[in-house]
Amino acid sequence: MSAVLSVSSLGKRYGDLQALADVGFEVCAGELVAVVGPNGAGKTTLLSIIAGIQPPSSGSVSRSPREVGWAPQQPALYSKLSVAENLELFAHLEKVSDPRAAVARMLDQTGLTARAGEAVGRLSGGNRQRVNVALGLIADPPVLALDEPSASLDPGQRERLWQFIATLARAGTAVLFSTHNVSEAQRHADRVLVLADGRLLFDGPPRSLLLEAGEDERGDLERALVRFLAMRAPQDVSA
Amino acid sequence: MIWLLRKDLLILRRSRLLVALLVFYPIAIALLIGFAISRSPSRPRVAIVDETPAGETIQVGSQRVEVSQYARQLFSQVQSVGVSSRAQAVEEVKSADVLAAVVIPADIAARISSGTAQGQLEVIYNGDALEQSLVQSQIGSALAQANLGFSEQLQRAAAKAIDGLLRGGNLGSLGAPSDLIGLEQIPAVLQRVLAHVPAGSDRAALERVASFADFAAQNLSVSKKVLSTVGQPIRVHSTLLHGRRTPLNTFAVVVAVSVSLMFVCVLLAAGGVALEREERALGRLIRGLVSREALLVEKGMLAAGCSFVLALAMLAGVGAFVSLDWSRAGLWVVALAFGALSFGALGVAIGALAREVRAASLLAFLMSLPLAFLALVPSGSVSHGFYEVIGAVSFLFPFKAALQALDAAVNGAAPSIGGSLAHLAGLCVIFGALARFGLRRAD
Repeated sequence: MSAVLSVSSLGKRYGDLQALADVGFEVCAGELVAVVGPNGAGKTTLLSIIAGIQPPSSGSVSRSPREVGWAPQQPALYSKLSVAENLELFAHLEKVSDPRAAVARMLDQTGLTARAGEAVGRLSGGNRQRVNVALGLIADPPVLALDEPSASLDPGQRERLWQFIATLARAGTAVLFSTHNVSEAQRHADRVLVLADGRLLFDGPPRSLLLEAGEDERGDLERALVRFLAMRAPQDVSA
Repeated sequence: MIWLLRKDLLILRRSRLLVALLVFYPIAIALLIGFAISRSPSRPRVAIVDETPAGETIQVGSQRVEVSQYARQLFSQVQSVGVSSRAQAVEEVKSADVLAAVVIPADIAARISSGTAQGQLEVIYNGDALEQSLVQSQIGSALAQANLGFSEQLQRAAAKAIDGLLRGGNLGSLGAPSDLIGLEQIPAVLQRVLAHVPAGSDRAALERVASFADFAAQNLSVSKKVLSTVGQPIRVHSTLLHGRRTPLNTFAVVVAVSVSLMFVCVLLAAGGVALEREERALGRLIRGLVSREALLVEKGMLAAGCSFVLALAMLAGVGAFVSLDWSRAGLWVVALAFGALSFGALGVAIGALAREVRAASLLAFLMSLPLAFLALVPSGSVSHGFYEVIGAVSFLFPFKAALQALDAAVNGAAPSIGGSLAHLAGLCVIFGALARFGLRRAD
């Protein structure tokens, strides 16, 4: 499979703090890639640079921000507008050729057609997150970047969200997501990127991470990640 | 940008309470300020106890002035409440029915007539420090006016007495002989007598008396003029240095409209920008969908447009009650447009720096209200140094320039509208740059 997203030697500095250093990887169409790591590892910084929210200090991203769908951790929606109005607004701003059709498609995909006229401020957290992801997908981008998409969702809402994301990936969208929930990465991701202190320490399937950490192929990825991080940077990383 | 504007109008339409507050609150504040400025100060309500016997007079030479004249002068300066005794006056003050009480004592005529002591009044008042200051100021002013009026009465009586001494005749005072010779006539009479007196010691003595009478008559004439000067030593002649005099009521209209323009525009612009950040939509927008500059222009223009319409409607509405020069309406539009754009730039700067709606609204409110009051502080009412500081602060924000531009547009007042418009344009650029700086990060 050919790569739809290439990230090369990406670096980001905030004054004296090196948030990202020399990060590079590729993502193929239909691939689900999880970015994991401890707090402050640079997960959100990496995704926000790929989404064009902030510029990198060095390195490059092969896609322009308009070609990457973006769903931040906290839903970025206008609470006074309805679900359909939010989708329609961003469809117009994204210059989608047929905004009405795009809105109908996203309502259908997210299962929110019945609630299209409801103000976003009155939706549950799960439904808000679905609209948040739908806004990132309104222009049918080849790559979708999701920052902690399942945070603050209950188990049922989380399950429905992952079903939705899996459907997108099957349709060919490359999905890059960050998460603190390592078991989610084990269940849903094709590949795992492990970041710590702004450096990419591992890039491969979850199974490889388990083996590298000395775990069984069907072992616990969270335990494996903790062991892996302790092996690579014992003085800096705490589980 | 049109879709962003459409979205903001939709959100605004759904925030009915906010819109109602944004429209009615500044109008209420503006009308209160306008009313306070245009309203002439009312006369203080004062209880007056006149203890002097009825018909009591003060003797000035051969003339008499009724003591009741003083009470009448005082009554004309205040909203008087007649009370019969000091005790009743004290009760009126205690119950806050009157601001103060003035007691005119029974011996006032005797003290003034004595020529060795001043008449004394007693002022009774109550209340907190602010009220005491107000009483001192208002009663002091009323008493000064009454004193001036009464001293003019005394001066006229004194001048009449001097006139009697100079011209003679029937002076009318009790016990005075009728058909007295006047001091002015004495030199001529003596000259006629001297023509028949042979040279010698008697003639020399008479010549000295004639010289004295001539000298005394001339000096008494001068003293009449001196008396009028003492009665009112300084007359006031007013000269306006520049511009046309602005009637107070039309200036109040200008203040009211400017305050409304500022409140609506600054609050809307600040809230609009801060809302994008609070809804976390800013990051989504600026990643290639809308530039930061376009976003700021859209928020500023929306706020400026709404406040412009409101302010113009206010001006036209008030014009139905206050006489405004409608031939200058083109200038009103220009002044309001520049003011609105400048306030819009200030608002987006506040919104970009404050980062959340509540903080932005609070900051906008906390900045706007003092700016309006500072711009209205007249020179001379505070120390020179403090006035310079106020002037510098007012110069850095658009309210004073907008007020001056609108005053020039509505009333033709100085300074000229061109300078104020240039000032507003400059502030618009500066606050726009500040807003862009505040929006450099999306988080």
